[in-house]
Amino acid sequence: MSKEVERLSDPGLPDHVHRKADHDPAAADKAERQVSILFMLSVVGTVGFIVAYVFVPSDKFIFVPVMGSTNAQQLFLGLGLAAATLFIGLGAVHWAKTLMPDTEEVAERHELRSEEVDRQDFLATFKARGASSGLPRRSLIKRTLGLALGLVSVSPLILLRDLGPLPKKSLEETSWKSGTRLVTDPGDRPIKASDLEIGAVAQVLPELTPGEERTLNNIAKDAVLLIRIRPEEFQLSPERLSWTHEGIIAFSKICTHMGCAVALYEQQTKHLLCPCHQSTFDVPQAAKVIFGPAARPLPQLEITVDTEGYLIARKPFNQPVGPSFWERS
Amino acid sequence: MKKSEKVVGTVANYVDERTGAAKWLKKNLNKVFPDHWSFMLGEIALYSFVILLLTGVFLTFWFDPSQREVLYNGSYEPLSGIKMSAAYASTLDISFDVRGGLLMRQIHHWAALLFMVAIVAHLMRVFFTGAFRKPREFNWILGIGLLTLGIVEGFLGYSLPDDLLSGTGIRIAEAIIQSIPVVGSYLAFFAFGGPFPGEAFIPRIFTVHVLLLPGIFLALITAHLMLVWYQKHTQYPGPGRTEKNVVGYPLMPVYMAKAGGFFFIVFGVTAFIAAVASINPIWLYGPYTPAQISAGSQPDWYMGWLDGLVRMAPPWESYIFGHTISWNILIPGLIVPGILFTAMALYPFIESWLTGDKREHHILDRPRNAPTRTAIGAMSLTFILVTLMTGGNDLLATHFSLTINQITWASRIGVFVLPPLAFVITKRLCLSLQRADRDLILHGRETGRLVRLPHGEFVEVHEPLSAEKAYTLASHEQIPALDLPLEDGAGVRRPKALRAKLRARMSAAVTEQIPKPTSEDLKEIEHH
Ligand code: HEM
Ligand code: FES
Repeated sequence: MSKEVERLSDPGLPDHVHRKADHDPAAADKAERQVSILFMLSVVGTVGFIVAYVFVPSDKFIFVPVMGSTNAQQLFLGLGLAAATLFIGLGAVHWAKTLMPDTEEVAERHELRSEEVDRQDFLATFKARGASSGLPRRSLIKRTLGLALGLVSVSPLILLRDLGPLPKKSLEETSWKSGTRLVTDPGDRPIKASDLEIGAVAQVLPELTPGEERTLNNIAKDAVLLIRIRPEEFQLSPERLSWTHEGIIAFSKICTHMGCAVALYEQQTKHLLCPCHQSTFDVPQAAKVIFGPAARPLPQLEITVDTEGYLIARKPFNQPVGPSFWERS
Repeated sequence: MKKSEKVVGTVANYVDERTGAAKWLKKNLNKVFPDHWSFMLGEIALYSFVILLLTGVFLTFWFDPSQREVLYNGSYEPLSGIKMSAAYASTLDISFDVRGGLLMRQIHHWAALLFMVAIVAHLMRVFFTGAFRKPREFNWILGIGLLTLGIVEGFLGYSLPDDLLSGTGIRIAEAIIQSIPVVGSYLAFFAFGGPFPGEAFIPRIFTVHVLLLPGIFLALITAHLMLVWYQKHTQYPGPGRTEKNVVGYPLMPVYMAKAGGFFFIVFGVTAFIAAVASINPIWLYGPYTPAQISAGSQPDWYMGWLDGLVRMAPPWESYIFGHTISWNILIPGLIVPGILFTAMALYPFIESWLTGDKREHHILDRPRNAPTRTAIGAMSLTFILVTLMTGGNDLLATHFSLTINQITWASRIGVFVLPPLAFVITKRLCLSLQRADRDLILHGRETGRLVRLPHGEFVEVHEPLSAEKAYTLASHEQIPALDLPLEDGAGVRRPKALRAKLRARMSAAVTEQIPKPTSEDLKEIEHH
């Protein structure tokens, strides 16, 4: 009758099953030997590691199947270190599993909560001590201390002010001015319309004035892509069409989404693709966004040629380049 | 007494007379640790952190955290004579001119990936078994903090070498900062010491990567482990295991040997992977310049879900009163992750609010016995999986010859449809597993043996479960739904009745169960 009741009640810890090494000294000795072999393999690993460090030249490459051509020193250092550590671990675990006592033990849990008396005591003490400081009663002290602590914690923020300058108009400006020549990047050579064939793309930067240096900060805003297509393929307003020159159209290369370099141009579809999040811009429609998370077309740079026939910017960009920011109107 | 024993005795005496440590140690050498493979996930996270400390310190000896421009003249020919930052050049030097440097870099990077995998797996173990319940809520929150810091730390480390790939990551981080309404441009200029990229960012994140965050990590990990130690480990249900005890192996020697050994195993495995599998070959990407990019650029996996969210975001921006608000960045980059991590941190409190359960729990749940929690977990994982796959949409596109367009639209729909679907399926699955458990207990295990009854019918022989097994399956308790009266004793609707109704509804959903068999059920069957 009571059998079923027992079945769903706790039968208690199952009986302990002994291992071979627990009662057979020969098995235990064998386990000991296995553990020491594992530890010795670690020693071999460390020796290999030292040998690789001292004797294998660092510019030697060897061919390993699957991995291909591999730096031998780095490979052997790694394998040596791996063996040196792994076998210590395997040895220790094998030791624990075969030779150390494997009887499960039971420990009681203590209740985390303190005894009721202690809690009461604590509260009473805390209140009494708190009151003895006078803080709860003396509101003047309370308020002024609050003010003082509040203010002093602001001072680190004040100190951080010099982390950087204020943005001012910096995000809205680039180095392009009216008349700036377009020069190749790399190479810094001015270019003519005839240098670009139909379907070609070129990356350009503004020409440096003497004494000026090009920094990454400039490039991050100035990089421009030139693309040449057949003029009749443009689908532009007359104004925007006048910003192009003989089928050459210039866009900021900095993605309006998060600022990656919009680097992939597909000749067939005339799409510019940003590899970061795949925003796709349609070149004939002034880089209108046709897919992806970017919200705005790439800003177009108004170009023309100077008297010598070199491509120049007719005006600076008419809007900030790159990703959006709060002050951008 | 042997001589060695005498020495140990003298040292122990010396230390104890000055610290009184013997009493504490005596108690704790006997401390019992339950054994289960899933309890090793947290250990892996801890050990990979130690590996990161060791290899990271090695890297700091040669790494030059500076964006100052230098001409490279090290032994990697293809980049000879090229202008680059000192950070990038020194990472090349570590890779090619410091013996063992490349190995250390690769161990560091693989260990970082392992660290994050282990943290996430550990978090899943804790979640699905309900180990976060009282009294372990603090440790759950500490864990979420460690996960968040791990993501940040990993991203900063990845950004240090200043190669083309990681520089692009920094560029994106800058755009996220810049998109914050009102203060974004200011924050970006403060972080970068001026316009992007400037020369301040890498030195600054270096300090954060090697000093500030590791310090915080150490403090949080210490607190985390002290709590585990003090509260004692949870255990899975089984015969002899109760809410009032822990069953396992003592700290000394078994647990020490296993845990210590396991550290070396994790180190060995990481070193082996680093020896044979290249990771982040920065020399192939080239130095960072804002005008270039490497195609198919991918962040490390723990950032991939964020990248996926950003990729699937619709192109929304608002322009009001001369200001721009970039929803296409704010929603995937800040709002959704913010909601996700807040919800995750609050989960223990939400659950106990809905079950009304305020008691301590030291016996873990089998996931099927908490169907709604398990379903919520499956839902979240599905969400992350969809975003992670979108983060690799360009790779998916080339591998399966789909267009990016198709994949992005599939993920935009999938991210809303698949998680709820996963929820429903998982909950059903849990309930039918509960039913299967019930049948097992009531009718025993199918043996596959057929016997012929006297009147010719064939029946399969069922073997009753062992008492241990039956107890393991049936020892959990089933919490009833909250009973929240909408009216007071006099039949008057109580204030906040609507809220109570909602809470009762959700409580009913959270506590939905297949009734587990009782001894009465068993008795009844046996009488037939
Ligand atoms: C949770 C902890 C950590 C994580 C997740 C982490 C992650 C990373 C990652 C992914 C890299 C890029 C490695 C590469 O491929 O080049 C890196 C670089 C680096 N880390 Fe860590 N790291 C951690 C802790 C540390 C610590 C504690 C130190 C030093 C005390 C350190 C020092 C460095 C240095 C100097 C580099 C740049 C050198 C290089 O990239 O070769 N890291 N870290
Ligand atoms: S940065 Fe170009 S699509 Fe995101």
